[in-house]
Amino acid sequence: MTQIILDQQIANDDWTLVTDDAALTSAKEVINFSRWASAEDAEKEALIAKRDLGTLGIQLNAGDTADLLADDSQGFALINVEFPKFADGRGYSAAHLLRKRYGFTGQLRSVGDVLFDQLFFMMRCGFNAMAMRADQDLDLCVKGFETFTTSYQGDVNDARPLFRRRS
Amino acid sequence: MYVYDDLDQRIINERVAQFQDQMNRYLDGKIPEEEFLPLRLQNGIYVQRYAPMLRIAVPYGMLNSQQLRKMAEIARDYDRGYAHFSTRQNLQYNWPKLEECPEILAKLATVQMHAVQTSGNCIRNTTTDEYAGVIAEELVDPRPYCEIIRQWSTFHPEFAFLPRKFKIAVNAVEGADRAATRMHDVGIQIIRNEAGELGYRVYAGGGLGRTPILSSVVREFLPEEDLLTYLDAIIRVYNQFGRRDNKYKARIKILVKALGVERFSELVEAEWAHSKDGDGQLPSEELERVKSHFTEPAYLALEADSATYTDALASDKAFARWVERNVRAHKKPGYAIATFALKQKGTAPGDVTDSQIFAFADLADKYSFGEARSTHQQNLVLADVEQSKLYELWKEAKALGLATPNLGLLTDMICCPGGDFCALANAKSLPIAEALQNEFDDLDYLHDLGNLDLNISGCMNACGHHHIGNIGILGVDKKGEEFYQVSLGGASGEDATVGKILGPSFARDRMVEIIRILLDVFVAQRIEGETFIETFRRVGMDPFKAAAYPAKVTAK
Repeated sequence: MTQIILDQQIANDDWTLVTDDAALTSAKEVINFSRWASAEDAEKEALIAKRDLGTLGIQLNAGDTADLLADDSQGFALINVEFPKFADGRGYSAAHLLRKRYGFTGQLRSVGDVLFDQLFFMMRCGFNAMAMRADQDLDLCVKGFETFTTSYQGDVNDARPLFRRRS
Repeated sequence: MYVYDDLDQRIINERVAQFQDQMNRYLDGKIPEEEFLPLRLQNGIYVQRYAPMLRIAVPYGMLNSQQLRKMAEIARDYDRGYAHFSTRQNLQYNWPKLEECPEILAKLATVQMHAVQTSGNCIRNTTTDEYAGVIAEELVDPRPYCEIIRQWSTFHPEFAFLPRKFKIAVNAVEGADRAATRMHDVGIQIIRNEAGELGYRVYAGGGLGRTPILSSVVREFLPEEDLLTYLDAIIRVYNQFGRRDNKYKARIKILVKALGVERFSELVEAEWAHSKDGDGQLPSEELERVKSHFTEPAYLALEADSATYTDALASDKAFARWVERNVRAHKKPGYAIATFALKQKGTAPGDVTDSQIFAFADLADKYSFGEARSTHQQNLVLADVEQSKLYELWKEAKALGLATPNLGLLTDMICCPGGDFCALANAKSLPIAEALQNEFDDLDYLHDLGNLDLNISGCMNACGHHHIGNIGILGVDKKGEEFYQVSLGGASGEDATVGKILGPSFARDRMVEIIRILLDVFVAQRIEGETFIETFRRVGMDPFKAAAYPAKVTAK
């Protein structure tokens, strides 16, 4: 089973990303946002039913902004945010918005070109799970959350900037 | 100036440790080149033509003498005995060893300095008026706002991987754009509204580079406490919707232009509405805390224009000339602001040696409360000098080769490091600067020409701000050969203008001759008292074109 970082520890991944034409089963499955967005009528109802059972996850791919999912996000157990390249920072804003604006409380996972040196930023933007790129050392990765012991800005975990935390 | 507390210091120390670890993993082959690139860039390291270049942040241009000495030490111990001030008021070392950079950063951290985000696609060093805090014209001192922006932008978790670099400038003088805010991704103009409340006019979408554009107003008045939430909103919109498919179209100016400023503003306002009342709002205590670091030094009650000073002016013509060009009025009677041009004949614009920096630190201690500033024209400033001590200071600076009376004149040119150092450059820029300095070394002639901005960039990235030089020179590559395109009529300040191209580019060996021809046209055309830019605006491009390309005119 693939391993990921979940809540700053190594964990087994029990979710599977499925292709857009795959028939869904009762397992924990992740669909692309485009499939959700284009689903209509009975198909949409089936997706909503699966979502409400807690076995449907959704993936925002490159260029899918958080406002497209908006309040629909709340019922999902898992949202993946894709980083097509590590230098593409759109996913940080997507995570921030999903957590802060749209109240998403489930597992928020970065996927794709996810590297050790991004972990601290990702955690601060609200990701609690990271599917690291295959070549990353997971034993090292669990230490990627301690780079800084304080930060100037508020973030998803503590909205107060340093100026509201200085004694 | 701002002094770190334990938390500020801890953040910088942890940054050094982080980068040392990244460097170790890179040298161990655990981080590939491509992935190390943004990490080193965000720590100020470019890999140039011959060696890495390390760019140290000088936040809004402020330096104390202790910091100057540390910079000099590093130039001496890790470089070849000199350093270079850039057009973003930062300091660059051209010859450090890559593996020694973390060590250099650790030394800088001991004097509250760093290289954070001096490069890369992130929020860069915020710049402002080099005379902030000491001129009477300013509404308030802009530096506390710059420091607040510095802290907010340092390791901002959401904005470390923007589509492109992002530069913010702050100006507090109404009617004079003293920080080129209109040429920045975001420009903050500090103003008062009709009710007398302090706040900002916010501009976005300006920039030089390949597509020079002046910024547009996004919001006419933003209350003082809303600075950071509004910046968050602007950059959140940009981070999501800015182009990432083409690095030449990735700056916010392209997004603002594509959407139109009205639509862009709507998006920003809609975004901001969600966060404006949150914890990101600046409490008055924080504003006061930061402002308390920028209080006035212990000025003496002095009379203006003392006899000592006026006698020296009357008796020493060279001193008087330097004062005329390089000394500016201070808000306090009996004090003056002195600028030291780093534009000596035979050295690259902005270059200083380690011994000059050490000596300049001593001058700062002796004459200006231990503080100094760097400017976007690549010069140094002592901002709080007693007028009656200017003569003595001038003599000391002269002995150091730092008292050329050419501020604002032709030879006070802005120039990027160009093809001699920079891997991006299409052409060398320093030999042009040197040739012009050698050719135009007659001070009487230079003073007669008057104010004239000549800016040189070695490529389209426009680090030498050629677009806004009255005379701009841009290095271009023509089938593997270095050529130079000349533009005229650019200007910075309140009437900022992007210059227009004169015509086909010239080979390097013709550049001195061409500049001479253009200056001759100006001298022939000018009306008493006119500056170059004033004459150009009156007579237009044609007479300059006719003189520069005589054959073409005949052919018509």
